[in-house]
Amino acid sequence: MTTMTWETRHRLIVSLRYTLLILISAIFIFPIVFMVVSSLKPDLQLLRDSGSLLAFLPYGDVSLNNYADAFERVPMAQFAFNSIFTTVVAMFASILLNSMAAFSFAFLRWRGKALVLSLIIATFIVPFEVIAIPLLLVVNSLPWIGPQGIEVGWLNTYHVQILPFIADSLGIFLFYQYFRDLPDELVEASRIDGASIWQIYTRIIMPIAGPILATVAILKFLVMWNAYIWPLMTIRSEELRPIMVGLQYFFQLNTQWGEIMAYLSVVTIPVLIFYLALQRAFIESIATSGIKG
Amino acid sequence: MKKAMLTLTLVVFLVATAPMVSAQTELSMWYHGAGNYVERDLIIQIIEDFNASQSEYVVTLEEFPQESYNSSIVAAAAAGDLPDIIDVDGPVMPGWAWAGWMVPLSLSEGALDDFLPGAIGEWNGEIYSVGLWDAAVSIYARRSALEANDIRIPTLDDPWTGEEFDAILETLQATGDYEYAFDLGMAWTGEWYPYAFSPFLQSFGGDMIDRSTYLTAEGALNGEAGVAFGNWWQSLFQRGLAPGTSQDGADRETGFIDGRYALQWNGNWAGITALEAVGDDLLFLPAPDFGDGSTIGAASWQLGISSTSENPEGAAAFIEFAIQDEYLAAFSDGIGLIPATANAAAMSNSYAPGGPLEVYFALSEAQALVRPVTPGYATLALIFEKALADIANGADVQDTLDAAVDEIDADIEDNMGYGFDM
Amino acid sequence: MIRAAETRKNAPLWVRLLVPKDAPLYQRNEAILGWLMAFPALLVLTIFLVIPFLMAFVMSFTNQRLVSPNPTEWVGLRNFERLLTVRLFTLEPERDEGGALVYDDDGSIAYPRLRNFTRKNPDYPELNGLREFTSWQSGENRTVILAADVVFLRALINTLIFAGVIAPLQGGLALLLALLLNQALPFINVFRAIYFAPVVVSMVVVSLLWRFIYDGQNGLLNTMLGIVTFGSFQPVDWLGNPYTAMPALIAMSAWQAVGFHMVIWLSGLQTIPTSLYEAAALDGAGAWQKFRYVTWPGLRNTAVLILIVIVIQAMGLFVQVDVMTRGGPLDATQSVVFQAVQRGYDKQDIAEGSAISVVLFIIVLAITIVNRYLTRDRDTS
Repeated sequence: MTTMTWETRHRLIVSLRYTLLILISAIFIFPIVFMVVSSLKPDLQLLRDSGSLLAFLPYGDVSLNNYADAFERVPMAQFAFNSIFTTVVAMFASILLNSMAAFSFAFLRWRGKALVLSLIIATFIVPFEVIAIPLLLVVNSLPWIGPQGIEVGWLNTYHVQILPFIADSLGIFLFYQYFRDLPDELVEASRIDGASIWQIYTRIIMPIAGPILATVAILKFLVMWNAYIWPLMTIRSEELRPIMVGLQYFFQLNTQWGEIMAYLSVVTIPVLIFYLALQRAFIESIATSGIKG
Repeated sequence: MKKAMLTLTLVVFLVATAPMVSAQTELSMWYHGAGNYVERDLIIQIIEDFNASQSEYVVTLEEFPQESYNSSIVAAAAAGDLPDIIDVDGPVMPGWAWAGWMVPLSLSEGALDDFLPGAIGEWNGEIYSVGLWDAAVSIYARRSALEANDIRIPTLDDPWTGEEFDAILETLQATGDYEYAFDLGMAWTGEWYPYAFSPFLQSFGGDMIDRSTYLTAEGALNGEAGVAFGNWWQSLFQRGLAPGTSQDGADRETGFIDGRYALQWNGNWAGITALEAVGDDLLFLPAPDFGDGSTIGAASWQLGISSTSENPEGAAAFIEFAIQDEYLAAFSDGIGLIPATANAAAMSNSYAPGGPLEVYFALSEAQALVRPVTPGYATLALIFEKALADIANGADVQDTLDAAVDEIDADIEDNMGYGFDM
Repeated sequence: MIRAAETRKNAPLWVRLLVPKDAPLYQRNEAILGWLMAFPALLVLTIFLVIPFLMAFVMSFTNQRLVSPNPTEWVGLRNFERLLTVRLFTLEPERDEGGALVYDDDGSIAYPRLRNFTRKNPDYPELNGLREFTSWQSGENRTVILAADVVFLRALINTLIFAGVIAPLQGGLALLLALLLNQALPFINVFRAIYFAPVVVSMVVVSLLWRFIYDGQNGLLNTMLGIVTFGSFQPVDWLGNPYTAMPALIAMSAWQAVGFHMVIWLSGLQTIPTSLYEAAALDGAGAWQKFRYVTWPGLRNTAVLILIVIVIQAMGLFVQVDVMTRGGPLDATQSVVFQAVQRGYDKQDIAEGSAISVVLFIIVLAITIVNRYLTRDRDTS
């Protein structure tokens, strides 16, 4: 093909590239397509199709029955509200706490900082599962000011689902990396102008921290939205349960696979939307964040 | 005048507070049925009836998903936050009783006389819990498939012998019509393993633990009978007669119905679905007898009273109210389980004489053997599950059973005998 | 407010404690504010992470049970000994009366069963309760590694293998994807979003879905491989075979998380000045040379970050095992956290579960320190 012009060659390369990109997309998207398509089928058909390419075809007895049944089985609206509430509160609180701590580590001079920082990084390596029981004992002996005055024990509340998670070492670390790479002049100049430290934090640093903020927000969103071990241990009222606990409602003597797929689709889609909304900021964030060391 | 005012005030005060003094006592109850709306409606019906039937107590319900119910209870106990009325899975009850989370259940004389033995939770000489139903396991088969291969249809009095059963599996596998001759349900990890498979071991003459002392598994699990069972168990998978531990839930649920598995070891709760799909051709057959008789597991969910309850009499009154035949039958009709008394069975749709699942009541009555009654059951069950899974996957039978025995014995020792005299 | 004559020596204790040694004392406000701003996060981490972990640490030296009326007692290092005891043992072959070797039917040397030594044998009290972890032939004898807890040992090794394989695999795949996406083509953001999609799906959900995909009889993976190879592919029982179960978990885990690290690589790529590529092009560098001499050096710090994050997360391997294999088949997918959870909660031996957590913590801490040390070293050289 020596006669091929530069333009055809370019076109060929571009289309090859797209073919490759689309093929890879198929690998990443097929379980999700499987999930959504399955949610439209009755149980037996779903299970029979699960082994063949028919799993990706919405055919046969397609309906939204599974969604209707899933909503009847699980108080979805209540669970969704609980999850959204705990997730949003924890997200904002963790942004505030993590960024304040990281700001302090990155810009302020105080004694013991280096030691505290390495301790914080060390806490990153404790998986949640291994401290869940001691944590349960801790929250059960903590006081809270409720309508009847001071009460001991946090079980079966919203705050037991939120407060333990409003600071985390990965979040602090990501903010810290980002702040450290900001030019020093930014802070020094404002100091000379007489800005207080709090003002520097609220008016100078946080406004340009949008990207890393999106990262921390997404990570926290995923952790909170997907929480289920902890709520199982601490929550007994249905009115307070979060959405992932609802998944357990479907594992009855006969597992309701169609409803599970429907429920999973409903649970997953808000996360995808949330991510898409933040995607631009997210990618920029990592671009400008402390990765360059 | 002043005095009159005072008296009036006092009277008004007394009248105003009178309803508070005699106000109904609240009884909290936890139940494992979250997500099962049929079950929820049934339990709510009982509670409403009970609340309306007397004025002393009001029962309130919190529901948990079954998969994680035990974790929720353990967490609540660790936090000292148990309800008055607890719903407990039969084999787990001794552990909770031993830990002091539950108190013995005192019902009126004769209240449990007609109950299936598997529905009564007894430990250490005391009754702690009672169930509204029991469950049973049988072999699902198609009459047409058996007849086509000249296979005798066994009865409760004359079940297949071990050798006969093994030959039947070989025959069915050799037809080439099936992916597997016998579906054990290996996909159902967890409690299914000890519940459904320890009866085979018992029929061979072994057991999960030595029930004469409950202090060791030596000899019971890894003795000759145990090894014979282990070898047979392993051979089921090596000969390709049964799907192994990697079976997924989908195959478990559709394999028999679709005719890919010839026989299936399954519970009565799946009976109605299978009947709908297979029709009159479906048979529920008793477990084979490997020499020491046929047994099946017993004991399902039961109700008991927590030790932190301030009103155990009220809790007992509720439980006694709940175990009336009409409710037993209603539960059976709703969720397909075996009513705990013969009267209730007669009132139910499926287990009444001539009903489609009648055979299960007989099975439950004749063959049910409760799982080991020890507080160590939770750990024992997990060790047993792992041993069976490992043997199925080709591990050395004797070594695996020995290791299981060592672990069981060490656990008993760590727990100072679990309340049994050492 | 600040006395001119104040020195470190005569300043109040709190000032000396708060202000760094090399900082002037008048910066005490900054030091106070520094503490105050870090304080809420530190408080939360202390109450909800450090204290529970310390409780687990203390429990690991006791016989604490989750469900038991028995009193809790100190047991010293017993829990750790039970986890970590390992012994070498030499098994001598069986001999007949004449002292000659006995052979099995298949012609290999016959040995007495290990259980004769390890089970209640008064002559070998030190071997009681140990099990074979692995063994090999050495001359006539067989050398056996015995362990008190072969399951934990297997879990530990599996977890290290999982982390060791998934770090380069996932990191490398993520880099390839990032390179593929690091160009200004139309719709490139759509692809980025698609590749990222599995990250936002809960691991529980992903594991449930992949159980169907990996099914040995009629799983989607076998079906698709069959189609691609025109039917010549023999179906594999991915999760049921001890040799494929762990690779299957690794592949799925990499699939789930690769999008996140791809995004981190992408941002790293964008920090490399285009002028460097232009200069390399002027020097006549090819695509590979550009990658080798411009891209890769520019990504070194990104690589370190990605490696640490993947390794730490991999050491916490749990959900996939719990939902898909429960450690089997034949312990091929046991993991440390799965064992910690199974013993601590399911078997109600919270002390042993805590001991496992402590061991895990120490190992990951060691890995992190070594990693930091290695990367520090290169920074200065």
